[in-house]
Amino acid sequence: MVKDNSLPDRIFNVFNVIFMTCLIIITLYPFWYSVIGSFNTGLDYAKGGVYLWTRSFTFDNYKALFSDNALLQAFGVTLARTIIGTITHILFTSLFAYAFSRKTLKYKNVYATLGLMSMYLSGGLIPYFILLNSLGLYNSFLVYIIPTIFSFWNVILFRSYFAELPDALIESAKIDGAGEYRIFLQIILPLSKPVIAAVSLFTAVGHWNAYYDSMIYTMGSDLQTVQLYILKLIQSTEAALLLANMSGNLGAAQSSVTTSTLQLAAMVAASLPIVAVYPFVQKFFIKGMLIGSVKG
Amino acid sequence: MMKETDVPVATGRGKLKSILGDRDQLSLQSMIVPGILFILIFTFIPLYGILVAFKDYNIVTGIKGIFEAEWVGLANFKEFVTDMNFWNMLRNTLGINLLGLLITFPVTIIFAVMLNEITSSRFKKLTQTVTYLPHFISWSIFGGLVISILSPSTGVVNHVLTSLGVIDSPIHFLGEKDYFWLLAVLTNLFKELGWGAILYLAAIAGIDQEMYEAAYMDGASRFQRIWYITLPSITGTIVILLVFAISNILNSGFDQFFVLQNPLNIDASEVIDTYVYKVGLREFRMEYATAVGLMKTVIAVFLLYLANFVAKKISGKGIF
Repeated sequence: MVKDNSLPDRIFNVFNVIFMTCLIIITLYPFWYSVIGSFNTGLDYAKGGVYLWTRSFTFDNYKALFSDNALLQAFGVTLARTIIGTITHILFTSLFAYAFSRKTLKYKNVYATLGLMSMYLSGGLIPYFILLNSLGLYNSFLVYIIPTIFSFWNVILFRSYFAELPDALIESAKIDGAGEYRIFLQIILPLSKPVIAAVSLFTAVGHWNAYYDSMIYTMGSDLQTVQLYILKLIQSTEAALLLANMSGNLGAAQSSVTTSTLQLAAMVAASLPIVAVYPFVQKFFIKGMLIGSVKG
Repeated sequence: MMKETDVPVATGRGKLKSILGDRDQLSLQSMIVPGILFILIFTFIPLYGILVAFKDYNIVTGIKGIFEAEWVGLANFKEFVTDMNFWNMLRNTLGINLLGLLITFPVTIIFAVMLNEITSSRFKKLTQTVTYLPHFISWSIFGGLVISILSPSTGVVNHVLTSLGVIDSPIHFLGEKDYFWLLAVLTNLFKELGWGAILYLAAIAGIDQEMYEAAYMDGASRFQRIWYITLPSITGTIVILLVFAISNILNSGFDQFFVLQNPLNIDASEVIDTYVYKVGLREFRMEYATAVGLMKTVIAVFLLYLANFVAKKISGKGIF
């Protein structure tokens, strides 16, 4: 970078840093706001003014929240779909991508055309719903796994990474008598940790944040995801009110839990895993995004 | 090393035989089959399902019903063209997204350029880390945060605005339909600003540093270096992302709108995607909802071609 120390330049630098600092504060503030609100007693929060620090500290919102079996169930479902969904997606998609990256594969053009069509064509919500319903996936846990098990976008990501690995690796394994499956599992996969990490993280975040499929393809609360639980809590005050009233039976003072503080506590609890893990895995996200953009 | 041309050229039955006889080729084909089956089932069957838009369909008949239901021609399309709701939500969809494009697109580029101009690499990293974060938060949580912060009684935005004397009394921002479009655009901008800048930053990082030094020697100011070196160097990225953004105009944001909608702002917040969901899966008028969805796809494809055509005319670059 050019080292420039003229006055307008220094003014620009100062302005730039101030602007970015403001942006950082504005971005982080909503999270802070929800954290302090969720640790504040409900009636006190309702008076307004809880902006920088809790005014009347309590754990009751979280106690009420985690005494709700529906939420625990939702956490269980979401965790299960995130883990199972991510692992199956990686195996299914990377296996396809490996074969797709091999120069010897026949009918590659046909497969590429079908794949590209799958990226851009869609029948829309209703025909898709009819399909899933006919396959018996409606109101089944598998509706979270099977329809998302494959993605041609990620095939492209994997393939562009596999294509960078030296051909000699595969050729010498062949000479030693290894078959394609063995080469994939024992040579290619262990060498592909960065791309596996990137795709896994994107997939896992997608599963953790999903509410749309839960809302559309499941009924009742047995299979609802955390995000859907929160959405219901936000959109229907009744749901939140019911939960808030229930907390009275748990020995918590009625004044300490209200719909608003409960909502905040639920949002904090559901975003915590992402906020906690995100700073450490950020580089994989960026890497994945860049691999995809160069080749895709 | 094996090249594509080394594979013996075979046709018809001979080709099939050569695959069955080749153990490795057989393995590779068996890796491909599950994915292709997936595409055939989950992409192509729903494409046939579009026929529902031209039929009198009943959900209990399942997939078979798609073929057996009676044709009704364009009746479903006529119905929504004469429906007041349809034009209102088409207006909302196009309005919010065009406004969003006009604001978000240039702001993201400016943000990327400004971020690149930060001299301290640690501060730059910090800014990136923080501004990427909202992208990974779901709309149900982010929307919940927006609702809390804009609340007329306990929200901090109203508090700040009244304290500063900008407004006299708190405003119920999400309850006023006049504010909804701008609010939708700004909240989305805020959530995606950092992440949206990644590709620009990558493109900027690829610019030859010597150009900047040479320009500096020749007395170019900071602004001139940005204007004459940085921006022209990332035109390709800008054009591609612009074309994608335009083609996505009708596709964006079921999540966002669904979360921020309420009965008070519904006239301004109903978009095609939320409408299709409500009509199709809550009122079970599936043929009608499919017709609306199909209309959306047709408009989206038209926009993509239009955007690509204009991009090619103006800059000589397009995506196809």
